[in-house]
Amino acid sequence: MNGLHLLPGIILAPFVAALILLFIPSTARNAIRGLALAAASCSLALATLAMFTYDNAAKGLQFVEHVPWLTTFGISLDLGVDGLSLPLVLLTAIILFAGVFVSWKLENRAKEFFTYTLLLVGGVFGVFMSTDLFVLFMFIEIAVIPKYVLISVWGSTRKDYAAMKYTLYLLSGSAIAFIGLFAVYTYVGSPHTGLGYGTFSLAELAKVNFSPEFQKWAFLAMLVGFGVLVPIFPLHRWTPDGHSAAPTTISMLLAGVIMKLGGYAIIRVGLGFFPMGAQYWAPVVAILAAINVIYIAFVALVQKDMKFVVANSSISHMGFVLLGIASMNAVSLSGAAAQMFAHGIMAALFFALVGQVYDKAHTRNIADFGGLAKYMPRTSAAFLVVGLASLGLPGLFNFVPEFTVFAGSIQRFTVITIVSVFSVVVTAIYVLWVYQRVFFGPANERWAGLPDAKGVELVPIVLLGGVLLVLGVWPGPFMDMVSGGIMPIVGRIVSAPMGGIF
Amino acid sequence: MSTLAIILTVAPLAAYAVIVFFTSRWKALSAGIAIAATGTSLALSIWLLLGMIGDPTPVHVSMSWLSIPHLGGIRGLDISMGVLVDPLSSLMMTIVSFVAFLVMVYSLGYMKGDEGFSRYFAYLGLFTFSMLGLVIADNYFQTFVFWELVGLSSYLLIGFWRLKDSAAEASKKAFVTNRWGDFGFLVGILLLFTIFGTFDFAVLAKEIPAYEHLGLIALIAVLVFTGPMGKSAQVPFHVWLPDAMEGPTPVSALIHAATMVAAGVYLVARGFVLFQSVPQVMELIAWIGGFTAIFAALIALVQRDIKRILAYSTLSQLGYMFLALGAGSMSAGMFHLTTHAFFKALLFLGAGSVIHALHEQDIFRMGGLSKKMPVTTWTFVIGSLSLAGLFPLAGFWSKDEILLVALREGQTALFVIGLVTAFLTAFYMFRLIFTVFFGEPVPAEHGHGHQAHESPVSMTGPLVLLALLSVVAGLVGSPWWQAWFGSSFGSFIFFGEPEAPHLDLAVALPATIVAVLGIGIAWLVYGKKLVRHEALAERFRPLHTLLLNKFYIDEFYALVFKWVMMLGGRVFDWFDHRVIDGTFDGLGSATRTSGGKLRLLQTGRLQSYALVLFGAVAVAVVLVSTNLIGGFAK
Repeated sequence: MNGLHLLPGIILAPFVAALILLFIPSTARNAIRGLALAAASCSLALATLAMFTYDNAAKGLQFVEHVPWLTTFGISLDLGVDGLSLPLVLLTAIILFAGVFVSWKLENRAKEFFTYTLLLVGGVFGVFMSTDLFVLFMFIEIAVIPKYVLISVWGSTRKDYAAMKYTLYLLSGSAIAFIGLFAVYTYVGSPHTGLGYGTFSLAELAKVNFSPEFQKWAFLAMLVGFGVLVPIFPLHRWTPDGHSAAPTTISMLLAGVIMKLGGYAIIRVGLGFFPMGAQYWAPVVAILAAINVIYIAFVALVQKDMKFVVANSSISHMGFVLLGIASMNAVSLSGAAAQMFAHGIMAALFFALVGQVYDKAHTRNIADFGGLAKYMPRTSAAFLVVGLASLGLPGLFNFVPEFTVFAGSIQRFTVITIVSVFSVVVTAIYVLWVYQRVFFGPANERWAGLPDAKGVELVPIVLLGGVLLVLGVWPGPFMDMVSGGIMPIVGRIVSAPMGGIF
Repeated sequence: MSTLAIILTVAPLAAYAVIVFFTSRWKALSAGIAIAATGTSLALSIWLLLGMIGDPTPVHVSMSWLSIPHLGGIRGLDISMGVLVDPLSSLMMTIVSFVAFLVMVYSLGYMKGDEGFSRYFAYLGLFTFSMLGLVIADNYFQTFVFWELVGLSSYLLIGFWRLKDSAAEASKKAFVTNRWGDFGFLVGILLLFTIFGTFDFAVLAKEIPAYEHLGLIALIAVLVFTGPMGKSAQVPFHVWLPDAMEGPTPVSALIHAATMVAAGVYLVARGFVLFQSVPQVMELIAWIGGFTAIFAALIALVQRDIKRILAYSTLSQLGYMFLALGAGSMSAGMFHLTTHAFFKALLFLGAGSVIHALHEQDIFRMGGLSKKMPVTTWTFVIGSLSLAGLFPLAGFWSKDEILLVALREGQTALFVIGLVTAFLTAFYMFRLIFTVFFGEPVPAEHGHGHQAHESPVSMTGPLVLLALLSVVAGLVGSPWWQAWFGSSFGSFIFFGEPEAPHLDLAVALPATIVAVLGIGIAWLVYGKKLVRHEALAERFRPLHTLLLNKFYIDEFYALVFKWVMMLGGRVFDWFDHRVIDGTFDGLGSATRTSGGKLRLLQTGRLQSYALVLFGAVAVAVVLVSTNLIGGFAK
């Protein structure tokens, strides 16, 4: 069943659709969004199929494709997914699908908007599917760059500043990761230290024994370079501005998948190839993770704009991913990988709902609201569900990865973990406080005419909320898949022990 | 048996889902579905309880829910979900489904005409499911899951009238205060897992006594205990419960008196071995319980809101239960939980009946209701007598058992506290009764236009049934029962050795005397009005003010929130904007020129953007190759 050629379909659908869109007149709105929906549906259907046909017992890389490309440089378009990447492919497909519906009624340059969005998503698919380091890196750039345009053209609040900030942060990160990449290539290419021939193939790279000293610096480059995407404190400042300025669909993709590129790359490349370097820097990562989690939760507490609350909350929640990475055991890393999926779905829904309110009220200022539950009961109920997911309520999926991360990390960094667990209190405060001020209390007459969520607006709610609920109740098989993908990486860590920096 | 337990747990959840997704438009149907489901749970619970009384062998099944294999020296994760039916859980599920059922029937009358009628019954279903799930849990993890879900149901029901500011605030306060406790609880079970590699109650019960690091166990026990302190609103987590009275009154009866707040007591009983293995922790539990008992009773003396008086009374009685557990008697704690569930549910529902009739909660704006609302009045009196611990009502037997345990274990100070609290309890309850039900009716301009009237049968029926239980339920823990049937409450639910009931006059006599004394003084002040209570308040002004303001603990917490949490947030936010952004903007000023150049490229034509994009990729490829050439040249 692994012979199924699903991956090319998943990744080509958005790229092909983006290409066709260039030839469609911008007045044909139905054709434009219809095409975007078709591409999204195609990717989602195939990704779901892949999820269900993935052989959990066999584990490892499946649905493998091999297309030789720049063979001179050892670069080829190799695709394949395992238990770590397949859920993230599905995540991307789900968010794209939901995102098309969120932007369904977009009128301002819809053609260009969908073109860039599809391009971006195609890039993200590429990152998660590539089994070639160079191609993986190239796809990160493809995914990151359209964002600049998407924010600066369709954005809101301080969009130019935010777009530029986003671009500069991410390009700087890329530059650092790039340096690491070349160092690896050179190291591997040398007959003394490596294989004697240049390659970017992940499978080939796995054969190389990188020296401890090299690993230290290579991991650091990956950590800083990809850490910007996660984002890791203190490189996180592009996030609140970027998320808040971006149009809703793009915020969903930004928080939902772009941030995961960083976590994924650190696990796949950083931990996978430089396990000793990772162990050396682990204490630093753990401390930064706790700062992410707690410090940013406090920052979220005092925000006045709903979208800034959600954006900061995303940084805080990505701290759990970092904590799982820092602890480097099977449990914590499975938790980190699952947390990327869980947070992606949750953040996307959160932004979708904030977008629903913003589109109708034209403000996101928390103080302007009150009693919206009276006029928008469905939006209000959905907002509560996602808020509860965010504060880690059992029964919704986010609780599972959080608990898993904690169960793994408390065995390695006890105090840091306990400090991070405290976020369950702070998160509950800011989530419920925002909810109270926006949806509860005396109804503000000013919003009397606001229509409740209906029609296409319900698609993201039902889809994303449904995923959170189903996996929250029954996480077993999903977590089996994820831990299956994590095990080989943990195996490499266990077999190459190394002390931490302190 | 375990299948029945699952069915009885899930039935109310099914009702919730059906109401929310399908029937919410039809109010009567929605209520009917919820009541039918809970009725099913009740019938099955009783069946299981009777089965357990016949054969108390625990039935335990569990299935894996989540597992991650271990690799290297770190534990894997192995979480299961299970069902544990034993005397303790079968008793608790019967109490829960019984009170839930009565409260739902009662709510038919109480909530009539409310626009959120269907939503209300749906939430009650969700609560009943969560609470039953907590009760049947066979491990700490599962307990935590349902623990949080009852917290959610409580949040939803306290904030049921969500467009009221006070209700919205109270619901958040309840959830957040509980979260502080749950933080400790969560860390506690994580540490427990780290040491023993399991969450399972049965396995832990075997392994904990054999574990040598007592200090670590003590730490874990205290951490886990913060969960029950939050849920059962023990000092210093007590602040949420009085505010929770913002919810509809039947909800207060079910969740914030009879069942959910008792979940903390239930958890300590369930995980008794963890606490019992460290004497100092038991001492702490007993003292927190004793302190809360007298502390809350003092506050109850001066409150004017009928529901708040009952709320403080609940805090106080929960304190008794912890006192019993801490003194080492699981039987006494659970026995008091059982009788308390009946008489406190009765009192809340009675208060609801009064509120329903008058639309008023201030007891000093009520009076003389005994003639207009006889059923409410007399059932309320029975409940209060039971709560005050008058022989031979239910509360007498259970409170007596607790005082007896305290005395037996040499906790004389706690015994005295228990006695004083019993006096205060009798006083504040009869202060309420003489004011509300007897004495002069309040003139119409103070009261409300319409005449007070007795509530409908759907409301008085549950009152009568609960009153009956408040009288007789204590007999199962009396020496008479032991004599008649050769067994009693203490031989059904116990830890270690079965406990036979005693009637020790050294305890029963003083307890009865203080109760009668309390009632008598209340009668003199509020019934006979020998002294004006306003004059008393004037006489003890500082103390009265202190009690009226609940020892200013809410104010203290508000200050801490403002000056620690919010200030922390502001400082960090400032740091983000000034220090970090400042630094990077400074670094970025060099790049700003290149940013300006980039802007020149914004021609507005997307084709050119695309061109740039693909150009960038091409440049990257070229860069790789040049570097490669360099690499090979080396």
